Amino acid sequence: MQKDTVSWRILKDKIFKGFVILLSFVSILPLLFILFYIVKNGITSINWEFLTHLPKHIGEAGGGISNALVGTGILLIISCILAVPLGILAGIYLSEHRKGRLSYLTRLCVEVLQGIPSIVIGIIAYLWVVLSMGTFSALSGGVALGIMMLPVIVRTTEETLKLVPFELKEASLALGVPYHRTILKVILPAAMSGIVTGILLSVARVTGETAPLLFTAFGSPFMNFNIFKPISALPLLIFNYATSPYPEWHSIAWGASFVLVIFVLILNIITKLVTKRWKVQF
Amino acid sequence: MESTVLKIEDLSAYFSEERILKDVNLSILRKRVTAIMGPSGCGKTTLIRCINRMHELVPGAKVSGRVFLDGKDIYTMNPIIVRRKIGMVFQKPNPFPTMNIYDNVIAGYKLNGIKINRNEQDRIVEESLKKAALWDEVKDFLYRKGTFLSGGQQQRLCIARALAMQPEIILLDEPTSALDPKSTSHIEELISQLKKDVAIILVTHNIAQAARVSDFTAFLYLGELVEFGTSEKIFSVPEDKRTEEYLTGKFG
Ligand SMILES: Nc1ncnc2c1ncn2[C@@H]1O[C@H](COP(=O)(O)OP(=O)(O)OP(=O)(O)O)[C@@H](O)[C@H]1O
Ligand SMILES: [Mg+2]
Repeated sequence: MQKDTVSWRILKDKIFKGFVILLSFVSILPLLFILFYIVKNGITSINWEFLTHLPKHIGEAGGGISNALVGTGILLIISCILAVPLGILAGIYLSEHRKGRLSYLTRLCVEVLQGIPSIVIGIIAYLWVVLSMGTFSALSGGVALGIMMLPVIVRTTEETLKLVPFELKEASLALGVPYHRTILKVILPAAMSGIVTGILLSVARVTGETAPLLFTAFGSPFMNFNIFKPISALPLLIFNYATSPYPEWHSIAWGASFVLVIFVLILNIITKLVTKRWKVQF
Repeated sequence: MESTVLKIEDLSAYFSEERILKDVNLSILRKRVTAIMGPSGCGKTTLIRCINRMHELVPGAKVSGRVFLDGKDIYTMNPIIVRRKIGMVFQKPNPFPTMNIYDNVIAGYKLNGIKINRNEQDRIVEESLKKAALWDEVKDFLYRKGTFLSGGQQQRLCIARALAMQPEIILLDEPTSALDPKSTSHIEELISQLKKDVAIILVTHNIAQAARVSDFTAFLYLGELVEFGTSEKIFSVPEDKRTEEYLTGKFG
């Protein structure tokens, strides 16, 4: 009887383990399917011309997505220039002033901002930037993406700065180092890996965003380096081409999806490396 | 030649409304070691943190009374200047984790943006590490991270970092409480060396240590300065009953 119970328990244990493994496998299935599908359909389109040429007119063979690559690059640069300094400063403020009305309000705003649908942020950028400048533009798209990046950067900066021990700050202040230099030269470097991770994750998050770009960056079939003009972007191009009736365009959309997924994947890998390499031991 | 470098007058310190130090009066002499003793929680750390204006960094903390450094009230001076003249070594070693050993020693200059040329830097680093009795152990890997050192080495690195600024006074908060006997004796030797140049204020729980290295001893009890005098006298014929009880291990 005693023995029976034990072997039954061991069996239960095994069943449970098997179940966990099965479920975790099931949970990564969708990812595998998506990757498989994108690679299968996309990889055939990828070649040098695809990456370096502009799209051709309907009916002409070949053509590429260079305008969208450059556009996404420019949009990301603009959004980083806007969101990174602001996000880091806000994060510093929150970690330095843990209590207090303004911190509470800021934290609340950041949380709310994180929950706002991206299409709404697109509309806001449209109202603020597009309408007041009178034209769709890379700048407005960058603003929209920047607003989306902001909460991630603020939160990760705040959280990693909070992990920096207070003793470190005291060590610097006790050497007669002014407060602002202590923050910039001691506290920030100690939290660098976390902050960079936050930035990379936020970039990965917005790279594939389509909705906020629909009526800001708008898209453009031309190569454009002017931030005050409409500009193409990978997700916009995918959206436009995938919803078109032409099979050639569909395959370009698949190719662009492939590029986008690879880019985000690489960003995630770099993030992991940064976290490992730059981690500061306290 | 006995000259006062630091004079503390009616110093009281508060955390919020709680009064931690009560009208402390104390004179610190140049080139002497002054030990501060007393039971846990009596305010030793608070007292030395008032001396380099670190106490006021804690939210809600307050100070009243006056502290004169070379005749000038430090509470009318810029705290940055005060802290450069009065170095501090904390109870827990806290080298800068992002910096190598070399940069840790020179950190006071680098972080403050004080420009000095490379030769001068090398000289300061070597001299400070030698004074802190760490040079021989680390001279071959000055560019390794300071956090890879042992606890005792880290503590001496922090001492070197404080020395590099050429302070007039060094505050040591239980510098050996976490160290083994060998590192402890290293640091005690170091203290005897250092007092040739600077005034040292040493917080310690170790009665034997205070007797060994200090010239003067102050005994704090519940935030009050109970007794102050030459170590010789305090450890042989203490005047106050509480000092005697502490020294014989009745409390603390
Ligand atoms: N940040 C703080 N906020 C409020 N009270 C504090 C704070 N730090 C210390 N205290 C109180 O101040 C008193 C003195 O503390 P202090 O650290 O100066 O003691 P100490 O003599 O250094 O003790 P120990 O020997 O244990 O280090 C203690 O009663 C403690 O509870
Ligand atoms: Mg203490």
